Amino acid sequence: MATAPDLQSLKVDYKRNPMLPWPFQIRRVKHETEDTFTLELQPQGDLEEFTFLPGQFNMVYAFGVGEIPISISGDPANPRTLVHTTRAVGSVTKAMDKMRRGDILGIRGPYGTPWPIDQANGKDVVFVAGGIGLAPLRPALYEVVTHRDRYGKVVLLYGTRTPTDVLFRQELEHWRARFDLEIYVTVDRAMSGWRGNVGVVTNLIPRAPFDPRDTMAFVCGPEVMMRFTTMELHKRGVDNENIFVSMERNMKCAVGLCGHCQFGSVFVCKDGPVFQYSQIKDMLVKWEI
Amino acid sequence: MEDLKKILTEHTFFKELGEEYFALIVGCASNVRIDAGKMIHREGEEANHFYLIRSGKVTLQLMTPNKGPLIIETLGEGDILGWSWLVPPYTWHFDAKALELTRMIALDGKCLRNKCENDHNLGYELLKRFADIITKRLESTRLQLLDIYGDRS
Repeated sequence: MATAPDLQSLKVDYKRNPMLPWPFQIRRVKHETEDTFTLELQPQGDLEEFTFLPGQFNMVYAFGVGEIPISISGDPANPRTLVHTTRAVGSVTKAMDKMRRGDILGIRGPYGTPWPIDQANGKDVVFVAGGIGLAPLRPALYEVVTHRDRYGKVVLLYGTRTPTDVLFRQELEHWRARFDLEIYVTVDRAMSGWRGNVGVVTNLIPRAPFDPRDTMAFVCGPEVMMRFTTMELHKRGVDNENIFVSMERNMKCAVGLCGHCQFGSVFVCKDGPVFQYSQIKDMLVKWEI
Repeated sequence: MEDLKKILTEHTFFKELGEEYFALIVGCASNVRIDAGKMIHREGEEANHFYLIRSGKVTLQLMTPNKGPLIIETLGEGDILGWSWLVPPYTWHFDAKALELTRMIALDGKCLRNKCENDHNLGYELLKRFADIITKRLESTRLQLLDIYGDRS
């Protein structure tokens, strides 16, 4: 597995060179589900803290394998530990899945637009997550929980495949036990032992406890799920201007130069990944852009 | 009876239904209470009711060989359970079980079918409402079939 590069030879300010990965050491590996894992990383060399905004992503480089964009899933209030949660599906994430404590990854970032949490002050906040889409939303949830008194009702609607695919289970239980958070989990299918909800996440929207006229909604998941979720939120009465979605595209340079992630007139890496829904809704239903 | 009428008129399912129909519908309605773990109906049984869930949680499930019951959907407060009473041969297509103590208003489908045959306006009003529910369930089922959470990295 990858080893640490000679830090003395890296006499570069990583913040001034957005194309240069900085070494981070894996401090903890946690297997969340059968195919999903979380890595806790610590910056190496003279970089002590890694600050980011909820919703931003990093380019994560598994040396000798490749580099991919992954959203940050940790707490922005803890800049000494960088956290990424991902599924082992491609060559890079499969290589990462085999890494252990002490191994080194290269990190470039943080990049992209954040969830506009500051605009939700005084309003109800609804998070709608599908599958691994809960990971990019978790930093925003941390932020809202930390400053709970700034917001009205806070609701998380989370849909995933089966009960064994539920991410961050302990944290969800912890949040569910609080009286000031509404946490609803649903799965697409389950066997008879499951006592929770079964059905798509959009089914939870009509009766979720929030005031649609004064709500900001943050949505992250597969595009199909986001399309139907935004339709249901709109039906409930939430304005498209108050709905934000996180897009995923094949990002390469992450700084808006290479064009890999071009989505109509925008670059997902630079203008996104978080977009106001009204900004991109017409493009979501086009066959080709 | 007055209580039942109040509950039915306030339920979104009957929203904007003509006042003249409520006497007919209330005549077909009764309160039911199902304890946690009890079956409400089983696949293949005669479907003579539908239910407005007032509280609790109901699972719609399908018995599968070797694996046991597979839960298709859960329904809760405010949801409508059952439309097989409306479509021949009037038999349930899934099992329904109370996951927790569940209180519902049962509407006698046989009684309503007769009333709908005699008054097509009432039949049309009910069909419009059930078509909406069936459409939503079909949409949900299609999304479930897509298995959309399987491929996102």
